[in-house]
Amino acid sequence: MTAEPKKEVVISVKNLVKNFGPRRILNDISLDIYQGETLVVMGGSGCGKSTFLRHLIGAIRPDSGQVWMFGQDIAKASDEEMDEIRKKFGMLFQSGALFDSMTVAENIALSLREHAKLDENIINIIVKMKLELVGLRGFENLMPSQLSGGMKKRVGLARAIVMDPKIVFYDEPTAGLDPVMTGVIDKLTIDLTKKLQITSVVVTHDMNSVFRIADRIVMLHQGNIMQIGTPEEIKNSKNPHVRQFITGEAEGPISFVQQGDDYLEHLTAEIQE
Amino acid sequence: MFIESIGRTTNSFVKQFKDIFVLLSQTVYWCVVGPFRKKPVSRKNLFAQTVFSGLDSLIIVFFVNFFIGIVLAMQSAYQLEQMGASIYVAALVGVSITREIGPVLTSLVIAGRVGAAITAELSTMKVTEQIEALETISLNPVRYLVVPRFLALLMMLPCLVILGDIIGIFGGYIIGIYNLGLSSGLYIDTTIQFLTVKDINTGLLKSAVFSVIISMIACYQGLSTEGGAEGVGRSTTKSVVSSFILIIIADALLTAVFYFAKT
Repeated sequence: MTAEPKKEVVISVKNLVKNFGPRRILNDISLDIYQGETLVVMGGSGCGKSTFLRHLIGAIRPDSGQVWMFGQDIAKASDEEMDEIRKKFGMLFQSGALFDSMTVAENIALSLREHAKLDENIINIIVKMKLELVGLRGFENLMPSQLSGGMKKRVGLARAIVMDPKIVFYDEPTAGLDPVMTGVIDKLTIDLTKKLQITSVVVTHDMNSVFRIADRIVMLHQGNIMQIGTPEEIKNSKNPHVRQFITGEAEGPISFVQQGDDYLEHLTAEIQE
Repeated sequence: MFIESIGRTTNSFVKQFKDIFVLLSQTVYWCVVGPFRKKPVSRKNLFAQTVFSGLDSLIIVFFVNFFIGIVLAMQSAYQLEQMGASIYVAALVGVSITREIGPVLTSLVIAGRVGAAITAELSTMKVTEQIEALETISLNPVRYLVVPRFLALLMMLPCLVILGDIIGIFGGYIIGIYNLGLSSGLYIDTTIQFLTVKDINTGLLKSAVFSVIISMIACYQGLSTEGGAEGVGRSTTKSVVSSFILIIIADALLTAVFYFAKT
């Protein structure tokens, strides 16, 4: 471990626990996220990383534990307080989640129109600036249905940063994109973080982009943090779970069979005498 | 097993009723309190919904009510002619359309047209994360999506019912004049003579209640959708079917209250 310079903590997760029915999705997770860093949360499907992200944006309340953001515990914030906190972060959804009854420009301008009392001309200029930032100049009047998957994500990103947020959350930003578009989105993520000093929290399992964008990596497995570290530390990890995940081996401690012990019983369970 | 399934169904019914009631109270809250907290209903949305649920429904409402008026006149004429009382066709058509058939039929048509569209739209938004996206930019889905639809339908359905009533009576009038050989003045006079203000008022009140049923069920089903394209289909079906049933039940209750209870 290198001695970390003292950094400002923007999100602090303490002992987060969440159950869905009898299944424990998140098991006592504690984590600090620093100002200006790109933190990648990775892990296999069903490891709880999406649930973790939904806790950070306040879409799900934890069963126990705290999520501190901007000096407030959002697990206990009221609806009004949550609305104020939400104005300070943006979120890029997996499919873009653009409002398909609105044009690209209206999508991006929506939160400005609703929350900031700005002149319509200024709103138009801001929208054009954000579109320029994601490389989509001149796409203002298209409908989301006319865009490709990569364009939708870029519009989603423009919408996420339109209020100049301090934190941007990305939910699998490169899933389902071709390698070039993946590179484009990764570069945008890096640019935003470096140029605008935005804190980025990225949930992904695309190993190429993980090592391209991450300052720090958190590996989740079955609701637990397996390892936290810099990309170098993760690459050289001795942890067999982490090794298997970054090399993509089928055999290893991460088994695709969920419960292996009662297979015979499971097979014959519905046979009636 | 059987009893258990009855229990489970009842439970989920009670839960749904509760949830719809919660949604209704939130909607009313945003309608009444919203403007005072500088969070009024989006005018643009309200206008778009008003046009969609009102203006665009005119043709289908006209057609249905016009032909129902004609059918009603023909059926009643067949009976009344035998007693030589053809003129009462005017009274029968006028009263039954304004009291009962106009409001109920128009509401059913609107539940099929507007209610289904609302559920399909909101449920698609739900399964493609658009509802969650609205929340993350601090827009309350009830205020932004439900309230405009609720208000638009509450304003437009009574208007459609009034227009439907007039067209339905006109359908009866056509049969009365051209088929039964009644004089135009006599037909109109008889219609007015038998219609009371109460008939029109109860018809309007009913349609207001029906509009709340349609918009609340449609929005609730839309916002509670889960499970992709299949879920969208399931919610839309549920929305239309349960609106139909509840409209008929509410109609029976309201008719009992207005015309039957004070014996």
